[in-house]
This record gives sequence, structure tokens and C-alpha cells, in this order.
Amino acid sequence: MILPLFWAFATLSLLAIGGANAVLPEMHRQLVEIHGWLDDATFGQLFALAQAAPGPNILAASVMGWRIAGPAVMAAATLGMLLPASVLAWCVAGLTQRLAGAAWLKPAQFGLVPVAVGLIAASGVIMAEAAGTGWLPWAVIAASALFVWRTGFSPLWVLAGGGAIGWLAL
Amino acid sequence: MRLRELFLGYAKIGLLGFGGVAVIARHVIVEERRWLSERDYAEVLGLGQVLPGPNVGNAAIMIGRRFRGLTGALAATAGLYAAPLCILVLLAMFYDAFGQDPHVAPVMRGIAAAAAGMVIGMALKMGTKLKPPIELVLVGAAALVAGAFLRLPLPVIVLGLGPLGIWLSLRRARA
Repeated sequence: MILPLFWAFATLSLLAIGGANAVLPEMHRQLVEIHGWLDDATFGQLFALAQAAPGPNILAASVMGWRIAGPAVMAAATLGMLLPASVLAWCVAGLTQRLAGAAWLKPAQFGLVPVAVGLIAASGVIMAEAAGTGWLPWAVIAASALFVWRTGFSPLWVLAGGGAIGWLAL
Repeated sequence: MRLRELFLGYAKIGLLGFGGVAVIARHVIVEERRWLSERDYAEVLGLGQVLPGPNVGNAAIMIGRRFRGLTGALAATAGLYAAPLCILVLLAMFYDAFGQDPHVAPVMRGIAAAAAGMVIGMALKMGTKLKPPIELVLVGAAALVAGAFLRLPLPVIVLGLGPLGIWLSLRRARA
């Protein structure tokens, strides 16, 4: 099962424009519906766990591999998910270095920035809709956005603050 | 920059990246360690976003390559993924004991709310610091609406708005 799983994740990797959240539906289709490697509830729990834990959310693929059949499959899932996209990023980085003198490169690259920032904002809004279950969570969301926007302090302070408020009042 | 610095900087990003690594990555790279300027990092992240794979992971490859070539790309990537992977496996092993604890759930709800605000705050910060011209602000707003409210698939948004953004930005640069 190691090889089919590697290929399933390698294909996902190349579809994953925008990261882990973008391939969630396809990941579910592959792992739960087609191959039956995980059941629905476990899939949901592992994805939520990867989002709550520190680190890139794409590691959901790794922990699902681990749950399916231990360390070897985890390694296959992780490599499958990271390798194709990383090779592509490596090649594009080389291309931008080779074109570094070209006058059009910087403005062309800057044209992608609003797409990236807009999509980051969109993921923040989607997270806020899920987390905003009452006035207090919404107040935490607003305060946290203002703090990160207007100060240069580490964003960890708002996470600690949010956790403390949750512990005391939610 | 030394390999050690790249690895440790990215290990910090991975280990402290609760609720996604984008916000802490920008903080460490631009504000704390000053590896790249706000604009340089935004451009790397823009490419990382439109390529398949996690945007911060793609940026790690590109930044690692820029400073130290192949070993740099490997060091940054290893730093970003290795420690969180170990933590995640440990959490998964103890999930049944940990996830159902009634003391943990409210804390996680508070952290989830803070993480959502943090991501919105980062987008606002990048937007206001980079001061893009009005037509690019509109492209960003379109990406936000398409992603958050219309819920269009990301490849559709990227393939639709990416070329538009590039075209508008090139037109502005020639003017």
C-alpha cells in the first residue's frame, strides 16, 4: 500500500494550489471514499488535530499516513505531499534567479502579491466564521487582528491571550 | 547566512506556528531576523502561493536556495517540518486522552479565535505596508471575496486573478 499511497499524495501535492485546505475535499475522496484507508470521523479528527498543532497544516497528510499504517506509510505520505511541490518551487526559484536582471520580473512577481494576501485574508475570514461562536470569540478575533496589524510584537502573545481567555471564560 | 541560522529560524517558525505558519513565518523572516524586506518576502510568498503546495513551505525552498543553494533549501525545509511532525505524531498517539478532556476544549476555542484574528491582522498589515496601487488592491479584494464568500476553488482563483494581477502590475511599471 506504500506505493499507491505515495502516488495518491504526490498527485494531491501538485493539485494543492493554496496549501492543505485546498486539497481537503480531494484528500477525503482519495483516502476515505476511493481507498477506504480511513473512516470519515477519523479523517475529520486528524485534520482538526493538524490544524490545532504547531506547524504547517499540510502535515495532516503525514499524520493520516501514520494512522493508516505506521511510520513507513507516514514517510511515504509526507514525501509524496512535499516532494513534487518542492521540486517545482526549487525550479521556479532557479528561474527567478536566472531572470534576476530582467526589468519585468519584479513587477510581474508583485502582481501575484495581492492574490496571495487576498487568499490569506480569505482563510482568516473562513477561520473566523468557524471560531466566532458568540460575542466573546468575535471580540478575541477583532482584538487579535488589531494587535497583529498595528504592533510588531510576536503573534504568539495573541495565541496565549486567546487561550487564557478561552480557559477562563469560554 | 549560515545553514544553522536558516534551520533554526525555520524550526522556530514550525514549532510556534499554531493555527498555520503564515503569520509567524512573516514575523520571524521580516520583523525579527530581517532576512528579507516586507516587499521581498511578499514577492516570494506570492510565488509560493500560486505554486502547488503550502505557500510557506514553497517560500522556505526559495529562500533557502537564495541564501545557501540546495543545502539551504533542505535545511529550511527540514527546520519547518521535522519538529512539528514529531509533535503531531505524539498528539495523535494520545489523542483519545487529550481531545476529550473538558479543560482543553475551551482553551482550544480561544486559540482558534485568536488564530483567525491573527491571520486577518497579517493580511491587513501586509496590505497597508506594501501600499499597492488601487487596481492591485481591487485584485486582492476580489481574491478575498472569491475565497471567503463565493468559496470558489483555489486553482480557479489563482488561474483567474494571477494573470490579471501580473498584467496590471506590468502595465503600472511601464507607465
